[in-house]
Amino acid sequence: MDLRYTDEEIAFREEVRAFFRDKLPADIREKMVDAEHVGKDDFVRWTRVLNEKGWAVPHWPVEHGGTGWGPMKQYIYLEELQKFPAPQPLAFGVNMVGPVIYTFGNDDQKDRFLPRIANLDDWWCQGFSEPGSGSDLASLKTRAVREADHYIVNGQKTWTTLAQYADWIFCLVRTDPAAKKQQGISFLLIDMTSPGIEVRPIVTIDGGREINEVFLTDVRVPVENLVGEENKGWDYAKFLLGNERTNIARIGVSKQRVARIRELAAKEMSSGRPLIEDERFREKLASIEIDLKALEMTQLRVIAADAKRGDTGRPDPASSILKIKGSEIQQATTHLLMEVMGPYAAPYLPEGDDRWNEPSNVPDYARFAAPSYFNNRKVSIYGGSNEIQKNIIAKAVLGL
Amino acid sequence: MDFDLSEEQSILKDALDRLLADKYGFEERNRILKSDAGWSAAIWRHYAEMGLMALPFAEEDGGIGGGAVESMIVMESLGRVLALEPYFATVILGGGFLRLGGSTEQRAEWVPQIAEGALKLAFAHTERDARFDLNHVETTARKDGGSYVLSGAKSVVLHGDCADRLVVTARTAGGPREEGGVGVFLVDANADGVSRRGYATQDGLRAAEITLDAVEVPAETVFGDPENGLPLVRHVVDQAIAALCAEAVGVMSAMHALTVDYMKVRKQFGVPIGSFQALQHKAVDMFVALEQARSMTMFATMMADETDAAERARAMHAAKAEIGRGGRLTGENAVQIHGGVGMTMEYAVGHYFKRMTMIDVAFGNSDHHLRQLARAGGLFADTAA
Repeated sequence: MDLRYTDEEIAFREEVRAFFRDKLPADIREKMVDAEHVGKDDFVRWTRVLNEKGWAVPHWPVEHGGTGWGPMKQYIYLEELQKFPAPQPLAFGVNMVGPVIYTFGNDDQKDRFLPRIANLDDWWCQGFSEPGSGSDLASLKTRAVREADHYIVNGQKTWTTLAQYADWIFCLVRTDPAAKKQQGISFLLIDMTSPGIEVRPIVTIDGGREINEVFLTDVRVPVENLVGEENKGWDYAKFLLGNERTNIARIGVSKQRVARIRELAAKEMSSGRPLIEDERFREKLASIEIDLKALEMTQLRVIAADAKRGDTGRPDPASSILKIKGSEIQQATTHLLMEVMGPYAAPYLPEGDDRWNEPSNVPDYARFAAPSYFNNRKVSIYGGSNEIQKNIIAKAVLGL
Repeated sequence: MDFDLSEEQSILKDALDRLLADKYGFEERNRILKSDAGWSAAIWRHYAEMGLMALPFAEEDGGIGGGAVESMIVMESLGRVLALEPYFATVILGGGFLRLGGSTEQRAEWVPQIAEGALKLAFAHTERDARFDLNHVETTARKDGGSYVLSGAKSVVLHGDCADRLVVTARTAGGPREEGGVGVFLVDANADGVSRRGYATQDGLRAAEITLDAVEVPAETVFGDPENGLPLVRHVVDQAIAALCAEAVGVMSAMHALTVDYMKVRKQFGVPIGSFQALQHKAVDMFVALEQARSMTMFATMMADETDAAERARAMHAAKAEIGRGGRLTGENAVQIHGGVGMTMEYAVGHYFKRMTMIDVAFGNSDHHLRQLARAGGLFADTAA
């Protein structure tokens, strides 16, 4: 047992930090500090900086543009990215569809899509959930019928994050309605400019326009956009949801938020002194930090095990708790950050409006505190709700 | 980073687990528990033969040269069977004063005796109004020529009933809560003026209330600086906390395993109770708490030899707080899922729950350590960390 970072890892961390300091545009960092509210242009701008450095898709195989870093370096890179804070390359491309394409796609698909994902030339969104298929994802109904060299797709997807920017959507569609529900599903790549696609925004409780409904009506998809084999899509979806063990806990995000809480609690006053001097407040923050430290160690255990075994085998059972604890901690930090603002959590400034009526006492940093708390309720719902995660652990880890 | 045990460490763990599997079945433990001493001298000899007593001491002192990781391994295994022997009191706590504060002569005199199982120690520190504050010492040590004369009363001294020697804190100077002026003395438990009242604790271990009435001890029994022993006490207690966390992981993992096994065999309404989602989620909550406790114990173990006392203390505050709350969740759910049988003395799970509960009140409970950590500025005060 040796829980220290190696000299090489420490040097690498410094290199990553220095690169972010030099290259991340100040306006993007500023937007990231209090809310992860960056626009499409910001994402594209930053991803291209990373891609030029060769760091947009570090976890991919080297032949597709990956860096060849082991799990520990990948983790250090991600943690620094999150702590800085800098935007993470768009997950739907680099973490979701990209790995599915390079693992199960054909050579044409790899050549066509992977470089454009790495450079964010194509913005991808995820077409999994449907109005009737949330936690019970395999019950999805969107239908794809083969007609000569096309699939004709009809159905509706929902909760589709940032579909308003998307050039492409990867969809789970039902190709064999007679088969058992997991076995008649295929994985299709669909051009968002295809006739028959309509995107309607869903406004979330924080006032944000992050998610959408996507309607597909007689959308013609060329058969070459099928990934892998027909009716094997569920396997690819499980791979997609299961292959992320270095980031699901989002340790760096929570560390950044803890630092921000400490910083702003020194500015906000309570009982005539800075809030950070209030013993009860400090205990609440310390309590979150303890949980976060434990989770960081758990995360490092999982990564060290991955590094030792190679990233392909059965994951350490501890990996199953990363999503549950990671989401709980993210939610606790966003709540405490909102508490820091006291009454200034209340004023609401809609997106697009850029300042309060002058003169104003409302601190700029208070603007996103409550919305961020509201928005972060999602993290225990998406990607398999925490209750679903517990069902999975009960079955797969505890054997119940 | 490497979280795995080395080959030697794995061999140690396997050998100890084999011994305990053989000697420490639940029935056998009950028999030991009800004996007069409350622990087994025969098993104590097995520990010594295996080298457990010598384990954390330097080879030149007659030890084996193990470190915090070896102690973690031993304590976790002892926790898993709820071992009753005074290992923690003697080797971790008492031995800690020798390792971190003992002179060459002191180590040469006492380490070999510990290693062969001939010497039992206890740490006599807690006082009536001290609660969890290590600096609160009212017992006095008056210099008298080449000796000190100790007077005062010590409470809940773990294994103080059977110890051959007591590590006693006493004031050579200063008021009851001052950082300076505390000395640490090695006192013959049978010396004139020492009176002990032994008793069982809630978890079946043994402890004592100890009165020191003008006990004369030679000056060479002092560990380190008689005017400034508190840093030594804090260091030893920090290492003891790391070891207690490891014991707690053993206790929690045993409770969790017992509970999950029970869920598979206990039937109600014609099906195993493990098929009920409400209970499954409780069992998963226990699993999460266990893994988080394990992670935090590794962190505490790594920090046990940290020389920056403030850094080390923050790590121990965090670990002990996490263990306290996770242990309580695990213990309460273990009893709840077992239902009525979990309430009985006849069944193991309640004994684990009790030990877990008593671990929380040893060397500062969860609330105490959370408060201390908050006062120290938290864990991630350095935003670069």
